[in-house]
Amino acid sequence: MHETALSESRTVRWGLIVIALGFLALFLVLPLIAVFAEALRRGVGVFVAAFADADTWAAIELTLLVAAIAVPLNLVFGLCAAWAVAKFAFPGRSLLITLIDLPFSISPVVSGLVYVLLFGAKGLLGPWLEDWDFKIVFAVPGIVLATIFVTFPFIARELIPLMQEQGTADEEAALTLGASGFRTFLTVTLPNVRWALLYGVLLCNARAMGEFGAVSVVSGHIRGLTNTMPLQVEILYNEYNFVAAFAVSSLLAGLAFVTLGAKSFLEWRHGDALAAIRRH
Amino acid sequence: MSKSFGQTAAVHELDLAVRPGELLALLGPSGSGKTTFLRLVAGLEAPTEGRLLFGNTDATRLAVRDRRVGFVFQHYALFRHLTVAQNIAYGLNVRPARSRPAKAEIRRRVADLLDLVQLVGLDGRYPAQLSGGQRQRVALARALAVEPRVLLLDEPFGALDAKVRRDLRRWLRDIHDRTGHTTLFVTHDQEEALELADRVAIFNRGRIEQVGTPDEVLDRPATAFVASFVGEAVRLPVDAAGYWVRIGPHAVRTPGENVSGPAELFVRRGDLVVSDDRRHSIPARVLAVRRTGGTRRAELALADDLPSVEVDLPADSVVGKGDVLSVMLATVRLFSSRSVS
Repeated sequence: MHETALSESRTVRWGLIVIALGFLALFLVLPLIAVFAEALRRGVGVFVAAFADADTWAAIELTLLVAAIAVPLNLVFGLCAAWAVAKFAFPGRSLLITLIDLPFSISPVVSGLVYVLLFGAKGLLGPWLEDWDFKIVFAVPGIVLATIFVTFPFIARELIPLMQEQGTADEEAALTLGASGFRTFLTVTLPNVRWALLYGVLLCNARAMGEFGAVSVVSGHIRGLTNTMPLQVEILYNEYNFVAAFAVSSLLAGLAFVTLGAKSFLEWRHGDALAAIRRH
Repeated sequence: MSKSFGQTAAVHELDLAVRPGELLALLGPSGSGKTTFLRLVAGLEAPTEGRLLFGNTDATRLAVRDRRVGFVFQHYALFRHLTVAQNIAYGLNVRPARSRPAKAEIRRRVADLLDLVQLVGLDGRYPAQLSGGQRQRVALARALAVEPRVLLLDEPFGALDAKVRRDLRRWLRDIHDRTGHTTLFVTHDQEEALELADRVAIFNRGRIEQVGTPDEVLDRPATAFVASFVGEAVRLPVDAAGYWVRIGPHAVRTPGENVSGPAELFVRRGDLVVSDDRRHSIPARVLAVRRTGGTRRAELALADDLPSVEVDLPADSVVGKGDVLSVMLATVRLFSSRSVS
């Protein structure tokens, strides 16, 4: 076949493919296999026994609770922010877009420290919270807050480009046809962004369950009370309890696989709607 | 009615009375305020000043959803997750339970509308599976389903190719005649406006220059803008006084009295005729002769520094390049330079 000026020689092409795949295998696939291999090294019995530990169970429960609070809240915040940015022109709009990206651009440790500085015993609001006997730092509320902060951009960022591209004509059409504002939102806006929304929720959830840095700062590492799964992994690992550490890790890795699988399925089924996101 | 966005007035002191049942075109260059005006009628924009009346009822403060206007958007704005039938039924389904027709009645209405817009059998398709022309027709059926008081179409054929445009144009006129809805449609295509509409409102810089039948705006343009925008005209700078118009070095007598002073003469093909009448005609040098269909068309120079004009000659004419013809102004479209922008 005639080769165009842009097509590289066979050697270069295969070279690039081998390098890319080799890199992936070395830095992504191999470590993941190692996690499962290590977890199951002493047999399934020991693997299952790792979950019998009360502290580990508490960590799993806490992680689920935090995700169950953070994801729905970010779903609502994300929708509001995306709606505001995409459908209205108002002063401070570009500032809002920049702020939404803030959690992506600062280190999670700093995000955690912010809450310690705000709500900690010596923090700005610490004494006032103490009067009311309400603990945020080194307690579950702090973990939830830090998680919400870190995972805030995921849903909003999926929605904004799509909503901007779709514009407001569909909503206007619904209004002229006699639909109320809320009805328009339910029957027109939401269906138009549903796959992007689901995609954002998946990514947000994966990060909410896996977040380490910010949560580590505000958690205080109180066993059975303020340890999430990633923190529990660290504790087990530092105690040389490798099988248990890798067993919990394998759960987190499994979550990553489920997320990836669901994401691939969405892309396969609803590629058109999602392609709009990636163009930006 | 007026509408300003910040400092800029998009629509300025418009006053337009639409007759019940008429098909009115809003024609103008882009940015002339015609779409803004349409959105003001629909309630998608709120007027800065002025009132909107539907018959005798004041609709200025009426919410969009209560206005009962049928709006067809330039890019259709069909609901992509709903089928054709669900799209058409949308306006009926969102009504409060009290006034919502029964399911069977909605189905019947959708079937009637599908028949009207010639899309029978496509009710289960999604918008993405339709051609541009079909989407346009679904959008129209969806707007008609709510039995609107007025139908508003924003550049209804703007996104379609020329052949489909022509077909849909005829079809829209037909639908209008059958359903009798008062209809306003926005277009920047004068051919579309003149062919389709009962009356044409010509917009320029947020104002209406003239409202009239296609014949009126073509034959008796009220302003220089209308004369230059509608029909193809060559603009000649001239001097006018009484019955006389000076074109370059020649003066020509016109049938009626004119404006005085510097003016612009708009010459369309057909305005000039070859004539032997010495008093009323001026000499013109032939620059080129072309054969088009049943006639021969000559390009003429009335003076050296003026744009050339065209005149139709009989097919058997033997006029050639370089000859001098004597031509007369059969129709005079003259506007004082002060009124010309």
